This record gives sequence, C-alpha cells and structure tokens, in this order.
Amino acid sequence: MNWVTNNLETILSALGWHVALSVPAIVAALLCAIPLGWLAHRLPRYSGPIITGSGLLFAIPSLPLLILLPVITGAGMRDGINVVIALTLYGIALLVRSVADGFNSISSETRLAATALGYSGGRRFLTVELPLAAPIILTGLRVVTASTIALCTVGAVLGIPSLGTLFTDGFQRQILAEIITGIVLTLGLAGLFDGLLVVLGKMLMPWQKQVA
Amino acid sequence: MNVIQETINWLVSPQTWSADGHDMIARSLEHLQYSAIAVAFAAVLAIPAGWFMGHTRRFSGVIVGITGAARALPTLGLVTLFGLLLGIGLVPPMIALVILAIPSILASTYSGISAIDTSVLDAARAQGFTTRQLIARVHLPLGLAMIVGGLRSAFIQVMSTAILAAYVGAGGLGRFIFLGINTQHTAMLLGASVWIMVLVIVVDVLFGTIQRFATPAGVRRLNATTSAQSSAG
Repeated sequence: MNWVTNNLETILSALGWHVALSVPAIVAALLCAIPLGWLAHRLPRYSGPIITGSGLLFAIPSLPLLILLPVITGAGMRDGINVVIALTLYGIALLVRSVADGFNSISSETRLAATALGYSGGRRFLTVELPLAAPIILTGLRVVTASTIALCTVGAVLGIPSLGTLFTDGFQRQILAEIITGIVLTLGLAGLFDGLLVVLGKMLMPWQKQVA
Repeated sequence: MNVIQETINWLVSPQTWSADGHDMIARSLEHLQYSAIAVAFAAVLAIPAGWFMGHTRRFSGVIVGITGAARALPTLGLVTLFGLLLGIGLVPPMIALVILAIPSILASTYSGISAIDTSVLDAARAQGFTTRQLIARVHLPLGLAMIVGGLRSAFIQVMSTAILAAYVGAGGLGRFIFLGINTQHTAMLLGASVWIMVLVIVVDVLFGTIQRFATPAGVRRLNATTSAQSSAG
C-alpha cells in the first residue's frame, strides 16, 4: 500500500492514458461495426465471409499488429494512435457478429408492419430495427469493452503509456505492488465501464426488462 | 518502401531460418510446443470441470463470472506478475498461459454439454446407457465441436500471449520481437511480427477445419436445414 500512496501521480497518469486510448477505440468500433453488421444481416451471401473475416482479424496477436501498424499509418511506433487503431479493429471483429445477430433477431412481421405503416427504409432502421437489435448489440459491446481495456495494456511493451506501464515498470524495477496495482485497476476499470454500460442500457432502453 | 524491402529480405534470407542463424524454424516449433503444453494442461483441468458443470446443468453463474473476469484480465499483467514472483525462465509464463487458456475451454465444454437436448439424454438413459456410455456415445460426439472450438480460441490466445512471455525471458518467437526492439533491428522486428501472424492464422484455419470435422454428419445435416430455414425469413 505504501507504494500506491507514494506514487499516486504515476498511477493516475497511467489510468488517464488508459482511458484516453480505450474509450475512443470502443466508440469507433461500435460506429464501424453497426453498418458492417447490418450489411452481414442484409446480405446473407456475404455474412459468412464478413463473420469469418472478423474472426480471423480477432485471432491476430496484438503485439505484432502494434508493430506492423506504424508501417501502414506512418505514425511513430510509440504513438498512441496505433493502439487506438488496433483496439478498434479488435472491437469491430468482436462486435460485427453481435450486430448481425441483433438485426437477425427481429421478426420479419415486425419489419413488414413498420413498412405497412409507411416507414421509409431509413426511418425504419433508426426507430424500429436499431432499438430492437440494441440489447444484443449492448451485450456484444460489454464484451468488447472488457477485452479492449485488457488489451490496451500490451502497448506498454513498446513504450505506449497505459496501465500496462505499471506492469513493465514494476517488472523491471521488481516492484510487486506496482504490478498488482495495475492488474487491480485494469479489472476495476473494466468493471466500472461494464456497470456504466448496463446503466446506460437501462436508460436508453427502458422497455427492456434487464435480467442482471 | 525501404523498410518493407529490408523486411522481405530478412524473411527470405536463409540465415533467418537456418540453425546457425536465427533458427526461426526451431523457434517456431518451440513456440507451438509451449502453446500446446499450456493448452494441454488447461484442457486436463478444464474439460472434466466443464463436463461436470454442463452435465449437472448448474453453476452457469460461475461460468459467466469466470469468462467475464477472464476477458478483462490483462495478459501482460499476469505474465509479469508470475515472472516477478517465480523468477525468469519457462515455468512462470507457463503458469500464466495455463491460467489464460482455462476459461475458454471451460466455457465451451460447459456450453457444448449443457446445450445437448434433454430428450436425447433421456432417450439414451432409457436405452440403458451407463454414465460412461453416455459420455462416450452422446456427450463426446455432440459436444466435441464446441470443445474443439474452445481449444481453438485457447490455443490462439496462448500463442499470442506466449509472445509476451519473451518479455520475462522465455523463448519462442517473441524473442525476435524484443531483440528487434532492443537492438533497433527494424527488419527483424517487422519480419518476426509478420511470421507470427502467418503462423497464428494457419493454426486458426487448421483448428477451424478440425472443428468442422468434429461435428457429427447427422448434426451437420440438421444445422444445414435449420439455417436454410432461418435465412428464408
């Protein structure tokens, strides 16, 4: 505990970096996965390749990806933008399937009823399909949030600051408390974000009887 | 462009692969071997536990909790933690790898077994199947595809994490990445990264093929008809 009280500034800075890198990635993944998942739902012929492709993308190890991305983006290897891009790609890979499942779960009667009531395609998507698919998308987003926050630490090996810095620094300086602090904070942050998403889901989808 | 050319040169250079050079072939085999050992240990622990939980159809809360927490568990944190606690070498990262491999095998075994239709189990029992026969002739064939799926994601995750294990002094392919970082040898850094990606994707595709063959022919036909029905809607 001594280490924690003596190094609050280091810890808070690592935490701040961690949030700054992972939150944009989670948001970007959601924004990219919705149209992709919708495409997989609308074009069943391509849904196999889209889902298999995203599965393969998720299989790519994070460290090699973080090393290769700068060659494509032109950013420096220690630039946080590489972490954001890598985490976004992983997030999309995980979410596309949930989004497609969400849209697939809507019964065709509902869709036909909306059309019969005179809903245009765009309005039907925004006011009927998206809200009905949202609970399944939210479940996927919770998975993405947890894995994004955990994966974000890998960048520390390349010198990109995050809670992972507490692991590399703690290992090199042989400070056990630092590594444990990093693990506890990563798990805590994931738990906090998960709780926020559940609350947000209840606020945005009050019609949904949420089961824990 | 220059960097890319250098990387390709490094990858095609015989020195990279031969035993008197970087010996990438041996290191790749080593990497696969470590991953296989970790997954095997995890499977020995997780498959019986997952079977028990799935068979009794209880503990689903435990499974949800474990898989949820495992997702948020930072692999680098675990690797450095064991590295610091138990010292440099192969054993500390191996423990971390086994721990990381357990949740996906446990969860997939659980869902593979608990997803079996109860009427199938009742029918087997009514035919006079003993528990042993039930496991060998019902649970195993019907749950195998899911279990292989769990082994697949565990293997992929362990292969990725085994790269990080080189950070605390273990061997495998991660060695070239950290050597590349420390000596600013960009061609080696990029070349090793490309090679690891290729290797992981090959393993993933192989497991995918095994998974397809692990599904009994009858179930495959059943799935084909139900999926054709659901896409017609």
